[in-house]
Amino acid sequence: MHVTIKLFATFRDGRPKVEIRELPEETCVKDILQSLGIAAEEVAICLVNGRDANEHSQLVDGDTLALFPPVGGG
Amino acid sequence: MGGYTGKILRINLSEKIIKTEALNMELAKKYLSGRGLAGKMFTDEVPANVDAFSPENKVFIAAGALTGTNTPTSGRFMVVTKSPLNGTLAASNSGGYWGPQLKFAGYDMVVLEGKADAPVYLSIYDDKVEIKDAEHVWGKDVYETTSILKAEFGDDQAKVLTIGPGGENLSLMAAVMNDLYRAAGRNGVGAVMGSKNVKGIIVRGTGKVENANPEGTKVALSNVLKKIRENGVTGQGLPTYGTAVLVNIINENGVYPVNNFQEAYDPDADMISGETMAEKYLVKKDPCYRCPIACGRYCKWDEGEGGGPEYETVWVFGSNCGIHDYEAIHQANDLCNKLGLDTISVGATIAAGMELFQRGYIKPEELAGIPLEFGNAKGMVEWVRKIAYCEGLGAKMALGSYRLAESYGAPELSMSVKKQELPAYDPRGVQGHGLQYATSNRGGCHVRGYVISPEILGLPEKLDRFSLEGKATWVKIFQDLTAVIDSTGLCLFSSFALGLTDYTGLVNEITGFKYTDEELLACGERIWNNERLHNLRVGYTKADDTLPKRFLEDPIPDGPSKGHVHRLDELLPEYYSVRGWDKEGVPTPECISALGM
Ligand code: SF4
Repeated sequence: MHVTIKLFATFRDGRPKVEIRELPEETCVKDILQSLGIAAEEVAICLVNGRDANEHSQLVDGDTLALFPPVGGG
Repeated sequence: MGGYTGKILRINLSEKIIKTEALNMELAKKYLSGRGLAGKMFTDEVPANVDAFSPENKVFIAAGALTGTNTPTSGRFMVVTKSPLNGTLAASNSGGYWGPQLKFAGYDMVVLEGKADAPVYLSIYDDKVEIKDAEHVWGKDVYETTSILKAEFGDDQAKVLTIGPGGENLSLMAAVMNDLYRAAGRNGVGAVMGSKNVKGIIVRGTGKVENANPEGTKVALSNVLKKIRENGVTGQGLPTYGTAVLVNIINENGVYPVNNFQEAYDPDADMISGETMAEKYLVKKDPCYRCPIACGRYCKWDEGEGGGPEYETVWVFGSNCGIHDYEAIHQANDLCNKLGLDTISVGATIAAGMELFQRGYIKPEELAGIPLEFGNAKGMVEWVRKIAYCEGLGAKMALGSYRLAESYGAPELSMSVKKQELPAYDPRGVQGHGLQYATSNRGGCHVRGYVISPEILGLPEKLDRFSLEGKATWVKIFQDLTAVIDSTGLCLFSSFALGLTDYTGLVNEITGFKYTDEELLACGERIWNNERLHNLRVGYTKADDTLPKRFLEDPIPDGPSKGHVHRLDELLPEYYSVRGWDKEGVPTPECISALGM
């Protein structure tokens, strides 16, 4: 299956902003975090297709995963 | 007593009388300072139905109770007056260095009354206060005025607050600017200063703001500083990227307004994100007084350099006008700063103009050759200038998007609440935040209760943004706490790291008052109700606690929040009830007496 991974803010340091990966079925968010070298505690906002998700969320073909460290503004 | 200076400067411009008077500490106990106390003094002293531009209206420029102390982010002050845009009790907040300087000069607030018969500016050097001729700076922009007034004053430490041509020309979107790039932006407060013929106020103080309990203050300060440094948002996100870091987050949630809120997701948003700004344009951070967060930006682009832009500004001149040209966004931001205009309302009014043109209400022959199409960056920048100088269609636009759209018989195309333009979050995908838009006491505004914090950012905890459960209570608490923070003179962004107990601790140690958490939060509730009562007196009703039709009837067409509308009618009754108001949204006698008002 194919999943689009988007990284933001400091997660972009030394990593691509966007990539499409071919992944085995039943891949979880935490598998991707591991491969990116990002600890689950570093993630403040985790979205799958724009909806709240977490490290245990399972991905399906065509999903977009967006990961943010703590950020805010106004 | 610490924190407060205990003194007010009252200036009658018609009679040229300068007076100092003691601050009413009884009232200060109940309403703190800044937005709260100035708002209470406004409602006590000024008839509710006064015309905003008449000499009977007054302008209160008020520092907060903690402004100018050693507290992190204590650089803020408020401009309080009757809004010419919508008649609400305007309270526009600004940062920078001007507010602390006013406290160092020995004043908690300056009150401007009457109207000068010719342009003047005020010069304050501790207790030497003068009304000076301003003919030579009338018509000049904010940058030039700032340097001329500083040169005349002869002290580089002096801080300048001024209006630009926007305020002089009575644009209902005119800001009061200070320290060049900082703006008390909203509600048209700059035009009220313009109507009084006051160009600006330069201030220099050599005093110091005292702390009631120096030892306790030290402990409280080191506590909050630690929290601000260790918090991911205030310690890393905001310092690194500024507020524009929100572009991607809000967009990825599908609540990022595009083309005057016709859509809520922009596939090209990253072209104008905070990350892109940091990569291509950021020169340095530009913090306000004693601010370790330093979200302020200083950027350089092809044709210039200067302060900003903020998230709201990037969005409004960017995606909301269908534009992804960062150069144009920098130019529009710089023009607004220079000419003294509110970026949110100006950009949103241009976007409304673009939709009016798109739908055939505005005819090509009205444009004098300047494009008004979504995506036309050059045209957008030129419209900013025309608004400031009230040229051609720009004169109609200078009255804001509501009056503009209404004049074409299509007020529903103004994305505003109580005639003030909405900021950069589509309420259909953030139900609590939408309720806060509808009930904001000064009209469309995001900083009267930033419910985006729990609904999107997960602070202090993550809420389901589509759910209605508990949202009325969240909105009330956020509105009341914000009123407290605004009245202390601290920056709202401190609240990403701090909670009510931290603020109570700081206020108690510094002022010597002994509030419990509940008592301090009650000050916020009192402030909120005072503003509400003013709005009711000028004729606002339940019917005005609403959102543009688009949000209530048309589902978001695409993106992650596709299919949702805002469910205001389900939320509003609960909100009135948690506020202790009746079914018409009027505070009950029990509510008023419980608050000791
Ligand atoms: S957080 Fe930003 S706006 Fe707030 S005081 Fe600091 S620099 Fe100013």
